Amino acid sequence: MTFAVVWFVLWGVLWAAYFMLDGFDLGAGMLYHVLGKSESDRALIRRSIGPMWDGNEVWLLTAGGATFAAFPAVYASMFSYLYTALLIILFGLIFRGVSIEFRAKMTGTGWGKVWDAGFALGSLAPALLFGVAFGNIFRGLPMDAAGYHGTLLFLLNPYGLLIGALFVALFLVHGALWVALKTGGDLAGRSLAAARKLWLVEVGAAILFLAATPFETKLFDNYSAAPVLFLVPGLAVAALIAVGVQARRGRAGRAFAASCAAIVLVTATGLVGLYPNLLPSRLDPASSLTLFNASSSPYTLKIMTVVALIFVPIVIAYQVWVYRIFRTKIAVKDAETDSFY
Amino acid sequence: MTEAVVGLSRLQFALTVMFHFIFVPLTLGLVWLVAWWEWKYVRSGNEKFLRMAKFWGKLFLINFVLGVVTGITMEFQFGMNWAEYAKYVGDIFGAPLAIEATAAFFLESTFIGLWIFGWKKLSKKMHAAAITIVAFGTALSALWICLANGWMQNPVGYTLRAGRAEMTDFAAVAFNGTGWLIFAHTMLAGFVTAGFFVLGVSAYHLRRKNEVPFFKASFRTAAVFTLVSAVLLVGTGDRQGVRVAKHQPAKFAAMESQWETETGAPYTVFSWPDRANERNAFEFLKIPKGLSLMGFHDGSAVIKGLRDIPRDERPPVLPVFLSFKLMVAFGFLMLLAAFLAWLKGKRGRLESSPRFLRLLVWLIPLPYVVIQLGWIVTELGRQPWIVYGLMKTSDGVSAVLAPSQVLLSLVLFTLVYGALGAVDIYLLARYSRRGPAGARPDGGHIKASRILEAEGGRP
Repeated sequence: MTFAVVWFVLWGVLWAAYFMLDGFDLGAGMLYHVLGKSESDRALIRRSIGPMWDGNEVWLLTAGGATFAAFPAVYASMFSYLYTALLIILFGLIFRGVSIEFRAKMTGTGWGKVWDAGFALGSLAPALLFGVAFGNIFRGLPMDAAGYHGTLLFLLNPYGLLIGALFVALFLVHGALWVALKTGGDLAGRSLAAARKLWLVEVGAAILFLAATPFETKLFDNYSAAPVLFLVPGLAVAALIAVGVQARRGRAGRAFAASCAAIVLVTATGLVGLYPNLLPSRLDPASSLTLFNASSSPYTLKIMTVVALIFVPIVIAYQVWVYRIFRTKIAVKDAETDSFY
Repeated sequence: MTEAVVGLSRLQFALTVMFHFIFVPLTLGLVWLVAWWEWKYVRSGNEKFLRMAKFWGKLFLINFVLGVVTGITMEFQFGMNWAEYAKYVGDIFGAPLAIEATAAFFLESTFIGLWIFGWKKLSKKMHAAAITIVAFGTALSALWICLANGWMQNPVGYTLRAGRAEMTDFAAVAFNGTGWLIFAHTMLAGFVTAGFFVLGVSAYHLRRKNEVPFFKASFRTAAVFTLVSAVLLVGTGDRQGVRVAKHQPAKFAAMESQWETETGAPYTVFSWPDRANERNAFEFLKIPKGLSLMGFHDGSAVIKGLRDIPRDERPPVLPVFLSFKLMVAFGFLMLLAAFLAWLKGKRGRLESSPRFLRLLVWLIPLPYVVIQLGWIVTELGRQPWIVYGLMKTSDGVSAVLAPSQVLLSLVLFTLVYGALGAVDIYLLARYSRRGPAGARPDGGHIKASRILEAEGGRP
């Protein structure tokens, strides 16, 4: 039971870390054609996420693996119920990864455009659909003792789409700030300007999220039971405001840090409301999958806790180290050279 | 309905995992050679080794990306298509997958980025260390996946409780001999794949007298690596045979098309299974006690025949039998070729053997075929079980899926994977043929587009 609570928290942390980290490279991918006016701009954008995107994506695989190990029934239901949505996410991630790699190996050919499109669309699809998926989880899935009664179209309800839009907006701002942070000159200026404009969309989506959530979901039940929890959405709002303020001051670094906090806190806002559910049912509360009825045995959770306590800090340590190595802004000549020649 | 979903889901899993495993073996093997050459450069300062690390490293990367992205599909699919399986065994089977992501996949994915983009950011030693860490990451990743698969072949360390298999002994899962043997055999198969890849590409250039010192050095290292790995590969294969005979008698009987239970069973060199009549259509050339020796290293051991295994617990005999025989035959062919490559390289007779060099180019695909055959034996031989003796494959499929959904995803996977595989193999071939010409010995950097220009492409 206590381990199940620990794993609920860890589950949330893994998803939040994934959204925070992959969020900026998904955002950079979505903005690839918008910000990348010239070939050297586009090379800079690719290069800005080059060393990190693969390591960032592993947070998703770890979140998936942790769901499997700690909450097998949730993993099984979530992935099979949302089959088609996950399929699209999967193809998005496949195209994206392959595009980044192949793009560099096929410069100057007509294929470049194909991989550019694969990079941009492969970034948009996961961002949007993870939002749609979590929106529907917040709202509750149409499932009962007999199974699941939804379709892909069912997932595209207004609330699901709203959360999808929120995720896209969060990642767009995040990505624009990252590009502004990692590049210089004209591209950095345009990225910061884009971040300022997109921030308005982000705030709009966040306001709609907070306004619609009490009507569409039961997330606020936890908040009314323990009002101190309102601190989490409160901090999320503060972080979002800080993003706008810092971006307006031209402080890309601080704005990006605030954006990291905003993504984590928005995720936390949803998951605090979700607790102790992982996959609530909107038809029959008894069919909801919770950390009580869907977790692994205490023995397995104990083993997995030890594994997480050993390896997650190590992973964080070396990922921070790698980010520090690549902390400087990228020069145009570096972005355009292939160090393997 | 469900039957169609089971059939389509099995087909999809087979397609996606076999495609995944076109790219993984080269990754598992080539990374060690690249690391080896980079360390040689660090130790000796000889620029030739830097060029070798860069040239083979570039081919490694082209191959690497498809292994990574198609791996995500595998993790998703257990939940998407095999939800009942995931629910039933997730308590024990999820752990190795989660550990793989946390302890191994992070390592390789983080340090590969550092290696690709860190040439000018890191000291020479740190840079060589980065690719070495990637190598350990890939091996560790393979280990946990093989332990997960090993548990499906030989489930250990669990108890049935609350309607599912729950883990009771993590050490039993982590030290499952079946998984470790699969791991050893898989790693060595990857080494042999990489070895033949380097031998073949080097042979291609040596035959054209292109960059002779560069490719001779590559060839010699790869020849030793391949020969040692091939010998060990045969050895681990033998150990696996013993393991299978003991733990999975149905698979063992299918591999050899053994219908009758026999004490001191002979090994039949040529035969053909006749499933309808539960016997072999013909048998030719028998080695007395051979099969008992193979299965138990004991000439008087009892080998269980397929007739003594209930019909609904027998794997499909013909494909398992054929795959096994072909795997073994091709395996020894690889051993022979590796030995000849080593011998000719050692005696300095490479340039005078153009036909052998051409043969080596043609042998590049052979390990790939052998590996796929090996996995067919392992996985099809486990049928009808998804977890041997514990859960049938047909009981593991997701209950909510409609056949049309799976058919659609199967078609999409076939198209997308087909296209990406074609592009990747094209790129591998193109960059292999081009040779290391662009990797300048002075360590300078030139634009990739300039290379294309030189090649006649548009800048």
